[in-house]
Amino acid sequence: MKNLPQVDVVIVGGGWTALLMAKELSSRTALAVTVLERGRLHQPGEYLAGMDELDYAIRFRMMQDPSQQTVTLRHNPQQRALPIRQYGSFLPGSGVGGAGEHWNGVCHRGLPDCFELLSRTTEKYGTKRLPKDHAVQDWGLTYDELEPHYARVDALLGVSGKAGNLRGKQTDGGNPFEGWRSSEYHTPPMKIAYFSELFRTAASSLGYHPFPIPSANLSTTYTNPDGVTRPGCAFCGFCERFGCMIGAKAQPTNTLLPVIGKRKNVSLRTRALVRRIVSESAGKARTARGVVYLDESGEECFQPADLVIVATWTLNNVRLLLLSGIGQPYDPATGKGALGRNLTHQISIPAAQAFFEKPLNRFMGAGASGITMSDFDSDLFDHTELPFLRGGMLEASVTGARPISNFGAVPRSVTARWGSEWKKAAVHNFDRTGNITFLGEHLAYKDNFLDLDPTYRDRFGDPLLRLTLNWRDNERKMVEFVVPKAVEIAKAMNAADVIPFPGLGNYDATRYQSTHVQGGAIMGASPERSVINPYLQHWDVPNLFVLGGSCFPQNFSSHPTMTILAQAFRTADAIVDRYLKHPTALA
Amino acid sequence: MKRREFLILSAASIGGVLVYSFDRKATRASVEDHAIRIPLRFFTQAEALAVAALASRIFPSDDSGPGAREAGVVVYIDRQLAGPYGRDRHRYTQGPFEDGAPELGYQGSATPREIYRQGLKPLLGIDSKTPEEQDKALQLIESTLFFGFLRAHTIEGMFCDPVHGGNVDMIGWQLIGFPGPRMSNYKEIDQHFGDAYRPKPVSLREVGGDNVHLSENEQ
Repeated sequence: MKNLPQVDVVIVGGGWTALLMAKELSSRTALAVTVLERGRLHQPGEYLAGMDELDYAIRFRMMQDPSQQTVTLRHNPQQRALPIRQYGSFLPGSGVGGAGEHWNGVCHRGLPDCFELLSRTTEKYGTKRLPKDHAVQDWGLTYDELEPHYARVDALLGVSGKAGNLRGKQTDGGNPFEGWRSSEYHTPPMKIAYFSELFRTAASSLGYHPFPIPSANLSTTYTNPDGVTRPGCAFCGFCERFGCMIGAKAQPTNTLLPVIGKRKNVSLRTRALVRRIVSESAGKARTARGVVYLDESGEECFQPADLVIVATWTLNNVRLLLLSGIGQPYDPATGKGALGRNLTHQISIPAAQAFFEKPLNRFMGAGASGITMSDFDSDLFDHTELPFLRGGMLEASVTGARPISNFGAVPRSVTARWGSEWKKAAVHNFDRTGNITFLGEHLAYKDNFLDLDPTYRDRFGDPLLRLTLNWRDNERKMVEFVVPKAVEIAKAMNAADVIPFPGLGNYDATRYQSTHVQGGAIMGASPERSVINPYLQHWDVPNLFVLGGSCFPQNFSSHPTMTILAQAFRTADAIVDRYLKHPTALA
Repeated sequence: MKRREFLILSAASIGGVLVYSFDRKATRASVEDHAIRIPLRFFTQAEALAVAALASRIFPSDDSGPGAREAGVVVYIDRQLAGPYGRDRHRYTQGPFEDGAPELGYQGSATPREIYRQGLKPLLGIDSKTPEEQDKALQLIESTLFFGFLRAHTIEGMFCDPVHGGNVDMIGWQLIGFPGPRMSNYKEIDQHFGDAYRPKPVSLREVGGDNVHLSENEQ
C-alpha cells in the first residue's frame, strides 16, 4: 500500500455536498483539502454530444455501473435479498458532480413541521395514530435554524421561483403553505408550458393553490455570490439523466468547480475509489486516521487526514461506514444500534395519466418546469378522520417527453400492446398524454433498514449493501386518497380519458421513482437512535462528518437537494467557526 | 473465421434508406439498387430476417405511417446485441442466480444475446410466412422475456437517434412529432397552446459532431 503525505481534510465523493464543502473550507481556511471521486471529470462538449436518449436515459451512461457496484433488496427481514441487477427505481450518479449533474433541478425546501415530525404528530393526534412499527424521529434541527442556510443555497444556485411567505407575510404567486423565507427568489419563475398551464387553471378552479416549481434550471441569466454566471434555460428537454449542455441547470461542475479550480489548497483526484475509512480507538474515543482508496492504476493508497468528510450518495455513505466498522449496526430485532436504521424513499407515482384531444408539444421542457401544489401535503389538511397521516404534492411538470421512454401510452379503449391498432393509438396519443404526478412522504419503520448482504459481493469481494424496504398501509392509503384528487384535476383539464394509478403494491425496484433514497446514517438528538449529531458529526468519531441524504430520519414529500445543501452549509460553518478552534464533539 | 453475414433486403420494397456501415459513415441505398447488403454484427442472416419480420408486426407500416421495417429496427437491434449491452457488460451478473419477486427485476443469467439466440430458434423462417401466421407466432410468446425484449427494442429502434442505426431518416420522430436534440425552445415553450408545433428535426450528429460516442461501440 502506498502511504501518501498527510492532508488536513479528505473528502470522500465528488458530488454536490463534497464540492460544496471543498469550496467552503478552501475559501474560508488555509486547510489543505483533498477530494476523492471514483468517477471521471466530464469533458467540455460532452454534454452537447450527449443529447442522446438511448445512451443516457436508457443505457444510463452517467450512472453508477451496476456491474461494479449495486445493492440487494428484500421486502421484509424474513426474505432472502436478491441483487438489483440493473437500475430501475433510483439512479445514483458517478463522476465529478455525481447525481447533481443529471438531476432535474427541483428546489423545494422541506416544510417546517417535517423537521419535528414525531413531536408535532403526537402533539396533534396523540401517541396512537402513528403506525405501531414506525421509527419516526425529529431531526434535532428546526426549519427556523435551517432557514438562513436554505437562503444561501437559493443564492448559490440562483433558484427561480416566487415566494409565498416572505418573513411571515403571505405573498401572491408562490406557495402559501411554505415555510417563511428571509428573501425572495433570485430569479423569476420559469416559463410555463401548455400542459402545466392547463393544470394551473384546473387546480385553481377547484380551489387549490398551484404555484410554479422552484427551479435550478434558471429562468434567466444569473451571477451568484461567488461570481459564477450561468445562462437561462433553453427548455431543450434534456435535463433528467443528462448534463446541461449550456450550463443553465446548476450542477456541481458549473457552480462549484469553477470556484474550487481557483483555490490552490484543494486537490481533486478522480478515479479514486474509497474502500475504507481507517480509524483507531484509544479508550472510549475513536479517531478517523484517513481513508484507503484504489487509484486509477488500481494501486491501494492510504490518505491520512486530520478530518474525514464522507460525502457520497446516501447508500454509499452507509455502506462505507458499515464496511469500515464505524458505528454499531442496527438490529431491528432488538432495536439496538443506529447505523442502517430509518431507510426511506419517496412515493413518486403517475397518479393520473390524462389523454387530451389537443397536442401538448411536450418535447419542450425543463427538469424543474411545471406547476405543483401543496394542498394535500404534510399536515396541511386534517387527518383526524383519515386512515393515514401526512401527504404530498400533486403536480404537472414538463421535463421534455423523450420518445423511447414515453411512447406507447394508449387510452383504456385500446387493449392491444403491439400491432397496428396499438401503434395507431400510441402514435396519435404520444403528444396528447400527460401525467399528474404525486410525490409523497415516506414514514420511517423499524423493519425498513440497511445492512450488509450475507451473500452477494462486489468485484473486490466486499459485501453489497442490503435494502430491507417495503411500503406500508400508511403509504398505500395516502395514495388511495390522493389518486381520485388527481383524477378530478385531470378531468377539470378536459382530459378525454384518465387512467388512475392502480395502487402501491410491494416496493418495485423496476419502476423509476426518484433517486431520493434517504436515511441509514441519520441525524438526531441522541446517539442511541442516530449516527450523527445535528451538525452531521459522527457521535462516536468527532473528526468524521457524514453529509447528504443519509442523514434524513425520514423523507419529506419534496425533493431533498435544497435541504442536503443547506445542511452542508451549516456543517461547514460549524467546522470553520467551532470545530477547528476546538476539535471535539459539537453536540 | 466466422463467415460475415449480411442482411439482404430488396431496395425496391423499402424505398431509399440510410445505412450505417462499420465505419459509421452513412450511405444511402437508392431504389435503383437491386438489393441492399447490410453487414451484420451479431445476427445470422436467417435471424435478422426473422427479427425484421417480427418487429414489423409489433410496429407495422400501415396507413398511420411507416414502421419498424422502414426505420431499420433490425439493424439497431443487431448493433445493440453486438455491443456491451448485448453481453451484459453493465449488468450485475454475479451469482447465485435465484428467482425472486417480479419487483426485484430480471434475475436470470442469460444475456440479451443468449435470450435472442434461444428465442429465435423456433422462429427462423417466419419471414416467409403470412402476416397472420406471424401474428399468431407472436401471440404464443407474448408473455416471454424474449418478446418483452423484442417489443422494447423495437420501440428503441423506432425512436433512437439515427446514429444508433434505427429511426432511419428520423422517420420515427417525424411520425410522432419529436424534433430530436434541438438546442432551444425558449421562444416557443409558452406559445402554440393547443396547436401542434413541429419544428424540423435534427439528429445528434448535426449537434454533437465528432464528440458523439456510441455505447454500442464501447468494449
